[in-house]
Amino acid sequence: MLEIKCPYCGKRSQNEFSYGGDAKIKRPELGKEISDKEWDNFVYYRDNPKGKHSELWHHISGCRQWFKVSRDTASHEIFKTAKLDEDL
Amino acid sequence: MSQTYRLNNVGYINRDKKISFKFNGKKYFGYKGDTLASALLANGVHLVGRSFKYHRPRGFVGAGVDEPNAKVQLYFKGADTEPNANATEVELVEGLIARSQNCWPSVSFDFGAINNLLNKFFPAGFYYKTFMWPKSFWYKIYEPIIRKAAGLGIAPLKPDPDKYEHKYEYCDVLVAGSGPSGLSSALAAAKNGARVILAEDKVRFGGSLLTDEVTIGNKKGKEWADEIISQLKSMPNVIVKNRSQVFGYYDHNMMVMCERTKDHIENPSEFTPRQKLWHIRAKEVIISTGSIERPLTFGNNDRPGIILASAAREYMKVYGVLVGKKPIIFTNNDSAYDTAIDFKKNGIDPIIVDTRNDSQSSVANEAKSLNISIKFFCAVVNTKGYLRLNSATIGKFNSDKSDYEKLENISCDCICVSGNWTPTVHLSSQSGNKLKFNETIDAFIPNQSKQNENTIGSAKGSFTLKESLEDGFKKGFELSNKITGKNEKSITPTSNEKNYGQHDKFWCMPLPKKKHYKRFVDFQNDVAVSDIELAVREGFKSIEHVKRYTTLGMATDQGKTSNLSGLQLVSDIEKKIIPEVGHTTFRPPYTPITIGAIVGREVGKHYRPTRKSPIHEWHEKNNAVFVDAGLWLRPRYYKKGNENLLEASTREARNVRKNVGVCDVTSLGKIDIKGADSAEFLNRVYTNAWMKLPIGKGRYGVMLREDGIVFDDGTTTRISENHFHMTTTTAQAANVLSHLEYYLQVVWPELDVNVVSATEQWAGAALAGPNSRKLLGKLFKNIDVSNEGIQFMGYKESDLFGVPARIFRISFSGELAYEINVESDYGIFMWKKIIELGKEMNIEPYGTEALSTLRIEMGHVAGSEIDGRVISSDLSLEGMLSKKKDFIGKRSLFREAFVNPNREKIVGVIPIDKKTMIPEGSHLVNDGNATLPNPKLGHVSASCWSVEYNNPFSLAILKDGKNKIGEKLYAVSPLKNKNIPVEIISSHYVDPKGERVRS
Ligand SMILES: [Zn+2]
Repeated sequence: MLEIKCPYCGKRSQNEFSYGGDAKIKRPELGKEISDKEWDNFVYYRDNPKGKHSELWHHISGCRQWFKVSRDTASHEIFKTAKLDEDL
Repeated sequence: MSQTYRLNNVGYINRDKKISFKFNGKKYFGYKGDTLASALLANGVHLVGRSFKYHRPRGFVGAGVDEPNAKVQLYFKGADTEPNANATEVELVEGLIARSQNCWPSVSFDFGAINNLLNKFFPAGFYYKTFMWPKSFWYKIYEPIIRKAAGLGIAPLKPDPDKYEHKYEYCDVLVAGSGPSGLSSALAAAKNGARVILAEDKVRFGGSLLTDEVTIGNKKGKEWADEIISQLKSMPNVIVKNRSQVFGYYDHNMMVMCERTKDHIENPSEFTPRQKLWHIRAKEVIISTGSIERPLTFGNNDRPGIILASAAREYMKVYGVLVGKKPIIFTNNDSAYDTAIDFKKNGIDPIIVDTRNDSQSSVANEAKSLNISIKFFCAVVNTKGYLRLNSATIGKFNSDKSDYEKLENISCDCICVSGNWTPTVHLSSQSGNKLKFNETIDAFIPNQSKQNENTIGSAKGSFTLKESLEDGFKKGFELSNKITGKNEKSITPTSNEKNYGQHDKFWCMPLPKKKHYKRFVDFQNDVAVSDIELAVREGFKSIEHVKRYTTLGMATDQGKTSNLSGLQLVSDIEKKIIPEVGHTTFRPPYTPITIGAIVGREVGKHYRPTRKSPIHEWHEKNNAVFVDAGLWLRPRYYKKGNENLLEASTREARNVRKNVGVCDVTSLGKIDIKGADSAEFLNRVYTNAWMKLPIGKGRYGVMLREDGIVFDDGTTTRISENHFHMTTTTAQAANVLSHLEYYLQVVWPELDVNVVSATEQWAGAALAGPNSRKLLGKLFKNIDVSNEGIQFMGYKESDLFGVPARIFRISFSGELAYEINVESDYGIFMWKKIIELGKEMNIEPYGTEALSTLRIEMGHVAGSEIDGRVISSDLSLEGMLSKKKDFIGKRSLFREAFVNPNREKIVGVIPIDKKTMIPEGSHLVNDGNATLPNPKLGHVSASCWSVEYNNPFSLAILKDGKNKIGEKLYAVSPLKNKNIPVEIISSHYVDPKGERVRS
């Protein structure tokens, strides 16, 4: 079980959190005309790197804040966690 | 005579406390402090079981977790039974009952032993080769027979009566193993201020100090260990645990440990948990798990009486038990000389058979000076004795050890073997440490740590006491210093030990010409040298493949004594060095763990929380039959007399259509939304328009996922300018909240909106039916409840006999209906008032089944239609898709498949005979009798008995449904063996214009 440092609450066990996918994905602006390809990239296409990955986690059984985590997908090493408006 | 193999004054057992126990139906005696194994050996019993494949008689090999043979079935007081217990780990308690496994009718006469005579038919991979053809035989004939013959004990049939607990702990330094290196590191770390947990798997602390003749400081090893333990126990920053196996090293230094807390206690209280599973998050982990002796390989090396030299010594020195009185010590190294010396000191004359030319170490010279007979450059070639070893053939090697110059038979009752030591690297390997092969000791040791793992002592291949102590004190100080910043150093005591020479790399004895004795490598799974040779010959070169083909190391002992021998064999045959062959993966758990310990208290109704509405007790008193709705328990129907589900729900639904009904809707998800941008936010979340919703009005909304699929629906009411009350389905309440939080925090943080779950803050009651307005008027005397006073989708706040209440005019049933919310604590008050005042209007409570009936015949969608596969137009909700604004998921609706005019559409389905209920999940097809696969046009999502028309009615999602109204199809359910002719009609079966709700 991973140990994740919530930027608001501190270190907690993984079972308090839920995973929220790639943190680098940016939702297209509302109302903006975009191509099918751009939209598909946003909805469906994700990188699946072995190694460093920045991702979103949600502290559902805690403060209920979403935040960013830089994690190695192979070793599970967590390099850093950050609030959404902070740099990873 | 009993306990004839017990010594008089050696060991740490309590001779004042005699204990009786039963093994295979026979009564024996042992002492407190014995294991089942030591007590049986004290009584001269070596034969404990039959091997897995050939049913060969087998005896004890080890004295601890490494034991491959002595698996027994235990029968506890009051409890059922437990299979596969290691007799070497089971502590003796009064009245213990144990039986051998894998034998029938008895361990000494076993029918399955015929397999041994037929062993030519059971080579490596025999399952794959023999039982494959004809294929149909597998399920009916081969598998049942194999299962019966290859038993690993009997699984208990009754529920486990014991309690198991989970415990979560944090520490600075966890030390696994209490040998000299573990004790010294725990002491050094604890004295330097660290929070320490010291875990020992066995009952007694001290590891090798329990048996080795050493001194530390001016004390004997065991005395020193006792003193350190009492010192550690007195320190407030230290937890000391025996009977506690650290079995897993998981991510981020999460260590899991199983503590045995009950089975050894004579009279446990009913509250004593049987085992405790500890989850320990340690800043640093010290692995001082020691090492395990490996056997030597020779002809018929598996007979009862052939035992590891270290185990023989442990039985002698810890339990005061001789494993035999005519011992042969067969070794390729010096450590077994200690066993010989201990036999000699206890008045038994051993013979040492050593594969080496000579040894000049201090321990070997001590043996020589005690006049112990030593046969150098010799080997045990073969053994005899069916149920118990009775003689051995000793061979003098020829010059290159490929054969023997001379053979002689020696009578003996035990052979104590030693093939050198294998560090217990399991936890190190689990932590991610890629092991490296050490040529000096011919075994793997840890290399580079991946986590905060620190392996010391013989677990990393340092076999001298001096190194272990130095390493322990050093690591304990270093790691604690890193954490506490303190500088209190402990002084490493001086020590005295014997010196041990280099072992012989030779471990697998050749067979004499024309002899085909079985030489076992893995005892528990009956894997012999010939099986591994065969596997390699057949092309299985990867060690992982050899393992699976031969089943080497795959039994419950996980090859603790056999894996390395298997590797060495493969490397010898392949003429590769061991590092090239590699090793198989070490996975947790290190030792078998009971399912009970893993599950802990989360059994039965504690498996997950149960959510109950504040009105629950009333439902119970009024004969409600409950149904699980997520975590909630909701009344499904209220049983009257002998009614069944259909009769009761039909009565309840009819009463709603005719008079008035009340339904507990507390479980519905409720989210409180506040902030200046709340309307804008709803406008983005829902598919329809929200900006102009007036205060005091609600609106039905549908939300999509970004991929365009319908996510959830519900009504949201504007309570004030910047305050909304959202409802969600019971099932999706938590997901909708996370969804909203995601968009507010991650995507649109600029919006001034806050959301919070209010599900449990409000109790809800839905009043539905033509009399509901009249009842509302009686409940709320201070407000105008007329059609103009509270319009359809209107909202009012009032007080219910002094209790603040919210009134929503919403309907799920299609009837004139209201939903009343009060603070949860007043839920029961509200409910009782409704029932009391509704009596004259013939009110009846209705459950979820009637609720379903009412919504289905209205064509109102719910979870069975919103199933994660449909878009708005499939549910005829396309009218709610705003053209003027963007919203979550809108862009996806322009995808090719989503604009297809022949897409699925929600429809109504009635059976032509107007009698047969259509099972939910039935497929709609053109031809009910077509051969499979019968092309599916759609599926029935929900079915009810229409109370309006008094015949069955179903909803279905049907391909090109809107053009299929009036068509005749078939609803087929192969599971229920149904094939029903049906007609497709509109999904709005009752009141299609929706006049009632507005009346
Ligand atoms: Zn938090």
